[in-house]
Amino acid sequence: MNRRESLKALTIGTLSTGVLLKACKPKDQNAEVSKQKEGEADRPQNEIDRNKKLNAEKFFTEHEMVTITVLADLIIPKDDKSGSASDAKVPEFIEFIVKDMPDHQLPMRGGLRWLDIQMLNLYDNPFKDCTSQQQLQMINEVAYPAKAKPEMQQGVAFFNRMRSLTATGFFTSKMGMDDLGYVGNSPNQWNGVPDDVLKQYGLTYSEKELKESVRF
Amino acid sequence: MGDIQIKKSSKVYDAIVVGSGAGGGMAAFVLANAGVKVLLLEAGPFFDPLKHSQQLKFSYESPRRGASTAFRNGGDFDAAYGGWELAGEPYTRKDNTQFDWFRARMLGGRTNHWGRISLRFGPKDFQPNDGYSENWPITYEEVKPYYDKVDRLIGVYGTKEGLENEPDGIFLPPPKLRLNEMFIKKGAESVGVKVIPGRGSVLTKALENNKDRGACFFCGQCGRSCKVYADFSSSSCLVIPALKTGNLELIPNAMVRQVLTDTRGLATGVSYISTDDLQEYQVSGKTVVLGASSCESARILLNSKSSTHQNGLANSSGLVGKYLQDSTGSSLGGMLPQLMDRKRYNEDGVGSVHLLGPWMHDNKKLDFPRGYHIEFGGGMGMPGYGFGGDVPRLNGQLPGRDGKMKEAGGFGASLKDDYRRFYGTGVGMSGRGVGMARIDNYCEIDPNLVDRFGIPVLRFHYKWNNDEINQAKHMQQTFQSIMHAMGAIVTTSERNAENNWGLAAPGRIIHEVGTARMGNDAKKSVLNKWSQAHDCKNLFVVDGASHVQQSDKNATWTILALSMMTSEYILEQNKKQNI
Repeated sequence: MNRRESLKALTIGTLSTGVLLKACKPKDQNAEVSKQKEGEADRPQNEIDRNKKLNAEKFFTEHEMVTITVLADLIIPKDDKSGSASDAKVPEFIEFIVKDMPDHQLPMRGGLRWLDIQMLNLYDNPFKDCTSQQQLQMINEVAYPAKAKPEMQQGVAFFNRMRSLTATGFFTSKMGMDDLGYVGNSPNQWNGVPDDVLKQYGLTYSEKELKESVRF
Repeated sequence: MGDIQIKKSSKVYDAIVVGSGAGGGMAAFVLANAGVKVLLLEAGPFFDPLKHSQQLKFSYESPRRGASTAFRNGGDFDAAYGGWELAGEPYTRKDNTQFDWFRARMLGGRTNHWGRISLRFGPKDFQPNDGYSENWPITYEEVKPYYDKVDRLIGVYGTKEGLENEPDGIFLPPPKLRLNEMFIKKGAESVGVKVIPGRGSVLTKALENNKDRGACFFCGQCGRSCKVYADFSSSSCLVIPALKTGNLELIPNAMVRQVLTDTRGLATGVSYISTDDLQEYQVSGKTVVLGASSCESARILLNSKSSTHQNGLANSSGLVGKYLQDSTGSSLGGMLPQLMDRKRYNEDGVGSVHLLGPWMHDNKKLDFPRGYHIEFGGGMGMPGYGFGGDVPRLNGQLPGRDGKMKEAGGFGASLKDDYRRFYGTGVGMSGRGVGMARIDNYCEIDPNLVDRFGIPVLRFHYKWNNDEINQAKHMQQTFQSIMHAMGAIVTTSERNAENNWGLAAPGRIIHEVGTARMGNDAKKSVLNKWSQAHDCKNLFVVDGASHVQQSDKNATWTILALSMMTSEYILEQNKKQNI
């Protein structure tokens, strides 16, 4: 069941935990993104207003957004398990988060320009318009902090930030959580580490633990 | 300014309680259930976890993926409104010292988001007799019946361990350890560090005789507050039930300025500004109970000057605001290489600790007084803002799927796979220890500044000394030895003398207490052992302000027990017509 249904079950009353557990079948574990409705009752108005204000603003230029998209997809490409960063709307997340956390703005804007200048000097084109081979060559220069050349350090710092934001954006999306195999955030009864996992690591619960702990 | 006037209500309440957290909530609950007419004033809005909790939302339901905001410093899903800075309500610091003050303005206050780690103080915490700590005017034996009642009323899981200074309670069964905690337990025990099942106020089983609260469904999100009331928040477990008695009136968004007193020096009521309409109000009560939080209650007392209380209310000793203490805190994070590519399943468990390391050392062999406990964690939590931050560093330290080492960092399919491989391998340990009570750690009224309501604000002066710094060093040595025993890779940056062994700044652990300490001597304390002001017999303080000397145990369970004790004392004194 999705969150809205979970919550409906919760309001039934005193038996709510039991109702919730019965109603939550495994197939329903991954809830849909609930649409944030205006005046949503579970948040104070100042939070709703701030999100609305940020969503109405635009920080990155079209040029910058295209560059961010190329970079994000180089960092997290589509593979046989899941889609790419842009499939998971990572660029949109990055646009939001730099407005929400202004400390990201200058290093992101400046870093993107640093990258374009490198590429213009080398290939006469901004990063986004270079060939993928040219792009890869540059990324190789900034993606490995310990072996990067001294003159590439500013690029390394920018790429570290870009990589972190891309990882957050991807693995906190529904696509990213499914890729990871995340199955939490769902009502259940915790009965301890599954037997096959205990066996895999050669661990056991002590008699005392088994006797004292809650069991279902 | 001609449109501002003070609105005085003619109604006289039996008791006015200021603040709705653990202390104020318990007082309102006990008094209202005894038939006393109570008015509860809360500076923030009404909050009911059933309606307002962010429980069971996925990170992608927050545009910032759960990151913190100015409105919620604990993160976009955290239950506490507010945090280290509140707009229009500043505080200041003195002599380049640091104290950070976390405030949650809302019904239930910080109990909506706290870690639910629920520990009794032990006999040696009340009576340290170590030649160093101050003794309390009460003993464990005196408080024990109230701890018992709190356990039964609210519910706490744990196990009987029979340890001298970690008194057993009336426990619900604890949750089993998660995988990472099993590794920690094994590692800790191998280096002689005692660990026991956690103790937390989460209903692992439904509470007998309580039809309003559900049992835990193991989402691990106590920090968001619980929609079925399966964990302890003052809002869900005390105030909302107390409202049902019909004896409790609640005014939210009521920011208290001061306690009003008469010519005899007795409390007659409270004045407040409504943050809804910005009008001024005065309400009358026969007894005033402050539970606004240790520092906010001290602020109210110091701002309540009158001809009979020229130094601030209940402050003839000059000790209101003094002896401010926060817990020490230092932590270390790591990852377990043996858990790479681990099997996925739901291991959310409870949102409090499953595993706890009590303090077992003899201080005679150590270079600091008192001690700390350790809180452990780790595992397959919900990915949120900052996810996988260590991966591009760690992937150069461990072989890849092909068994070969590679350069740290990277991008593309191989990095994407690394995030999967490292997921759920994290372990963390945090020490929470005794900050010593010292007269020169304090809050006072800043003579130069008021907040947006015109209320004079607090100014803090707080410094750690070697007692706390050496303790943090000991924590780090213990953590390192456990990490080493587990074969973990430490992921946090180095803790050393330069950074006080990772000791968090005062205030950061949010366990501040001590600003109106109790004692038998009115010259050396603000309150008596019943948390009643020496200088004003119908004034009580039921938050952490009364604490003489904190212990390594977080204060909440003791605040609840002492507030219950005080509330029963008020009822008894009312009966005898003493107040």
